[in-house]
Amino acid sequence: MKYICLGYIDSNAFASIPETEQQAMMDSCIVYDDQLRANGHFKGGEALQPPNTAMTLRYANGRVVATDGPFAETKEQLGGIMILEARDLNHAVELISKHPGAKFGPWEIRPAADLSEMIRQSEARRRPAGKPQS
Amino acid sequence: MDRLRLCEDLFFQRQVHVQVDLPRARIWALAICSLLAMALGPRMSAPPNVDIRPHLDALFRAESGRILATLIRLLGGFDLAEDAMHDAFNAGLQRWPVEGLPANPRAWLISTARFKAIDAIRRRTRFDASQDYIADALYGDEPASGAVDDELPDDRLKLIFTCCHPALAPDVCAALTLREVCGLTTEEIARAFLTSAPTIAQRIVRAKAKIRDERIPYQVPSGAELPERIAAVLAVVYLLFNEGYAASSGPSLTRSELSAEAIRLGRLLLDLLPEPEVIGLAALMLLHESRRPARVSADGELVLLEQQDRSTWNHAFIREGIALVERALSTRRFGPYTLQAAIAAVHAEARTPEATDWRQICALYAALLAMQPSPVVELNRAVAVAMHEGPAAGLVLIEALFTRGELRDYHLAHSARADLFRRLGRRDEARAAYEQARALAKSDPEIRYLEKRLHELG
Repeated sequence: MKYICLGYIDSNAFASIPETEQQAMMDSCIVYDDQLRANGHFKGGEALQPPNTAMTLRYANGRVVATDGPFAETKEQLGGIMILEARDLNHAVELISKHPGAKFGPWEIRPAADLSEMIRQSEARRRPAGKPQS
Repeated sequence: MDRLRLCEDLFFQRQVHVQVDLPRARIWALAICSLLAMALGPRMSAPPNVDIRPHLDALFRAESGRILATLIRLLGGFDLAEDAMHDAFNAGLQRWPVEGLPANPRAWLISTARFKAIDAIRRRTRFDASQDYIADALYGDEPASGAVDDELPDDRLKLIFTCCHPALAPDVCAALTLREVCGLTTEEIARAFLTSAPTIAQRIVRAKAKIRDERIPYQVPSGAELPERIAAVLAVVYLLFNEGYAASSGPSLTRSELSAEAIRLGRLLLDLLPEPEVIGLAALMLLHESRRPARVSADGELVLLEQQDRSTWNHAFIREGIALVERALSTRRFGPYTLQAAIAAVHAEARTPEATDWRQICALYAALLAMQPSPVVELNRAVAVAMHEGPAAGLVLIEALFTRGELRDYHLAHSARADLFRRLGRRDEARAAYEQARALAKSDPEIRYLEKRLHELG
């Protein structure tokens, strides 16, 4: 099963440790990601640039409004996402609990949703009336 | 899984597989060719889209408990063993379509898992030098080729005793046993227990943390401790069986699989630890399971014991169950499971409902009640007495229960009471009792059954 893992990071806490520790931390993350890759668990993922590089789009008053940020009040910001292949939820928990990134913020693990039935229903709704199903 | 079985599975897969994931399917179609050529020979060409994952999942279900138990012995730790096992299965997923099936998949998986564990420890040692010696020790411990598959029967028993340790709550033990011994996924266990996957996941995470933190030993208990510990294991197995037995229909097969898993565990325990109550519980589960085909009608309605088509009962299970009951009874150290199995055996021996030896059943219920007093056992005994001595005698016992304030919220008590009123010709009281039962009943088939009875009363 695929699990989408959202890794949060407290940038201030990370910035406050000595540079050698930061480097060791990055090394251990990269090594662990490689290990996940080697065993077929890492199915994709990216680290994210800081929140101040982001744009947020919202629909308001009939049009889309773009703002910069997010500037949420929380200490922890989304720092990266990973698509994880695991046998079940507990397996995903085990794999991510060993991720060194967990020391600098929480991980959220969510099973990927199977939308095939929803898509099938949507296609049925959008099919012109009177036409037989192909 | 043997090769013939894989052939059948692949063939079946080809007939029913409706694959929508086209790019992945195309890759697999290529990858699977060599596997198919080997498994099926020249008689048929490769199907256009087959996924090896379902077959590996089946192998996981059948073998993961044994593999994990062996790996815990070889590697020394629960977590390391489980990680290594998952990595080995993933390696199989990647390599078997290309390299073909190994002659002995279990030995291949155990051997691969050992190397994966050594590899994982080596990677970690770059950041934690203290683990270096573990990898060296494991590597130096390399058994001769083939010997790695030598499973010690105690391995699995140790795993069961660890998962069913009394320090863990019974529902936690049940979830842990299903996952670690039976190879079910967290999501399957959640569906079977009608709860959410994160709830089950958390139970399992906490249980494993407790095993680690409190150093719950990975061993078969001995001496004076054994009977109590066996009781805890049997309680978990019986809980699993009942979860699967209560819902015999529905779109999900998982719940009937729970009963099958419980029986599988029961047989395993019987092989490893033939104590009287272990024998009794195996008999009880087999005798109940023997009736499964007759318990649900073609249109999905529950069929009561009295109305069941006894020719559809599983007579192989009945023979096995009866032999086990007699074996357990002959030890004279039996307990409640054996007595319940003996009651089920008397029912199983009756060719028609009228031929049931109710006298014997009444005596067995009296013995069970003496050993394990409970209002539900009293209710069952009242029903047996009603069959043996007549409805009036049974009604006296149920009324006594109600007077004591027992079982007033239990729909089956009201339903049994209503049946006795009906048989005594007391229609108004029967109707009132059926209505109370209907108000308390929760499952749809039971409600439909009670409404049918009300309708028949007019």
